[in-house]
Amino acid sequence: MNQMNAESYVTADGRTIGGVVMEMKNITLRFGGVTAIEDISFDIREGEIRAIIGPNGAGKSSMLNVISGFYVPQEGEVWFHGAPRPKMRPYKVAKQGIARTFQNIALFEGMSVLDNVMTGRLTHMKSGMLSQAMWWGKAQREEFENRAQVEKVIDFLEIQAIRKTPVGRLPYGLKKRVELARALAAEPKLLLLDEPMAGMNVEEKEDMSRFILDVNDEFGTTICLIEHDMGVVMDLSDRVVVMDYGKKIGDGTPNDVRNNQAVIDAYLGVSHD
Amino acid sequence: MPDQLLFAIEVALNGLMTGVLYALVALGFVLIFKASGVFNYAQGVMALFAAMTLVGIQKGQVPFAHLINSIFGTDIHHFGWHVPSIIAIILTAGVMVLFAWIVERYILKHLVNQPEIILFMATIGLTYFMEGFGDLMWGADLKRLDVGLPQGINDMIDITTAEWFGYGFFIDNLDIVATIIAAILVAGLILFSQYTKQGRAMRAVADDHQAALSVGISLRFIWVLVWSLAGFVALVAGMMWGAKSGVQFSLSLIALKALPVLMLGGFTSIPGAIVGGLIIGVGEKLFEFSIGPLIGGATENWFAYVLALLFLVFRPQGLFGEKIIERV
Ligand SMILES: Nc1ncnc2c1ncn2[C@@H]1O[C@H](COP(=O)(O)OP(=O)(O)OP(=O)(O)O)[C@@H](O)[C@H]1O
Ligand SMILES: [Mg+2]
Repeated sequence: MNQMNAESYVTADGRTIGGVVMEMKNITLRFGGVTAIEDISFDIREGEIRAIIGPNGAGKSSMLNVISGFYVPQEGEVWFHGAPRPKMRPYKVAKQGIARTFQNIALFEGMSVLDNVMTGRLTHMKSGMLSQAMWWGKAQREEFENRAQVEKVIDFLEIQAIRKTPVGRLPYGLKKRVELARALAAEPKLLLLDEPMAGMNVEEKEDMSRFILDVNDEFGTTICLIEHDMGVVMDLSDRVVVMDYGKKIGDGTPNDVRNNQAVIDAYLGVSHD
Repeated sequence: MPDQLLFAIEVALNGLMTGVLYALVALGFVLIFKASGVFNYAQGVMALFAAMTLVGIQKGQVPFAHLINSIFGTDIHHFGWHVPSIIAIILTAGVMVLFAWIVERYILKHLVNQPEIILFMATIGLTYFMEGFGDLMWGADLKRLDVGLPQGINDMIDITTAEWFGYGFFIDNLDIVATIIAAILVAGLILFSQYTKQGRAMRAVADDHQAALSVGISLRFIWVLVWSLAGFVALVAGMMWGAKSGVQFSLSLIALKALPVLMLGGFTSIPGAIVGGLIIGVGEKLFEFSIGPLIGGATENWFAYVLALLFLVFRPQGLFGEKIIERV
């Protein structure tokens, strides 16, 4: 437990985990009478893979939505890079280097895979509308540079074969991968993944796990993910937050939470898919 | 060739030109509807307002002259200068961008997440407001619009067809120019939406709001953008129509013709708006020409709507729209 408080430490598999980049302080979120999140605090450290787990309806997605600005909590503060973040629209959060995927997949169905992934670069494309029209050359160079970055991501996630396919035609597993590609194209500082492996078969899950580990390892990207598959969570994550009925009932290394009695109780008798 | 057929071809060609204008107005609808789900009833009045503003700026009219004069007891109407057409067009485009910004800032922004019917009602309110506002700003009189586009019968076509068929077609130069300009405009819009980052962002927003937000696209910026584009399209349509029949209230009624065009083409399809416009333009002229005399004429008033009704019954998603499958 000691190492948790140190500024930075090195994991058993040799990755360096830095200081806190994101800290949730006493977050409470209500929808009318429903309290989706009740007074929850936790932090995310630089370079780590942080998991959020819990039974259905525990408030996990709501928490991710708070981090990405889609939901505004009634109480509490979100600290990013050591300062409280003012109330912020989701597109501004994205511009700060926080990319995400959605539990129910939110892709641009009518656009090709390539175009979808290109939208991930929008936060990096600086040329304004007028310069696009007038400095055609400059805007075009920017387009090329970003295109090159996108091709890298496409290679990385091994989706070259479907580059030109309209996303609407892809099977579910590939859609999830394209969504990850779009998020990665933004070269995010913090990557939020809401059930990246839900609905996948064993093989697809293995691929996805490998991609997540590689992203974290090769680019040092900090990742916060929600996942129901316990095996996957235990394999991937450095630390785990456990939620139940909107409350935090556990927080620590996979081993800590696995042996936590409150966590065991919460999961007993709860069916999972 | 038999005379009847020649007449029919001439009628169809003229209908094609009218269809281009319908298509332009419908295009304005589609742009806004795709990006924001708002059915913008004010599209027609935007065309009228743009045309009025263009004439006003061109002639150096003092805006709100009537109001100013009655408050201050003055008698001013004109600045006394004349603005060249091209500059007046650019300034009017600027006014339409400002208009788009105001609509977003003072109307749409407050209505996000409201049911579509509320947004629709808001645009009806906007329509009547702009009608009055336009009159107050530029006066309600019939205005002549002349931006220097060629007008009158195209002699070359007249002479050539007379030589070939023994019957000279009457095609107005203005219609030819309007068609060319509309084609350039549409091509430009397509290039913009396919190959620029804002165009990509626009398509993204049209496709999925949540996903668009998550990649850092500001919905509000895109709304201002599409309303500006729709304003620009309205300006072009208003300019053509105004040059043809003068700038007056009836110009805003072409929006009503855009409705059947949309039912034909589908509310979200740019090619649909164009093909739909052309079909209705040609269809109503040919119908009037062939069936009109048998049933006492004036079929142009209702032909488009009946055609649209048939489409609603047999192909509700329009020509190019995607099949609507309600998931239960
Ligand atoms: N936009 C919303 N409006 C109203 N209630 C909501 C909204 N989003 C979430 N909730 C409610 O908040 C609670 C937590 O939901 P949330 O989606 O965060 O759970 P979850 O842990 O992600 O569950 P799952 O594992 O099923 O994805 C639920 O009771 C849900 O009904
Ligand atoms: Mg969820």
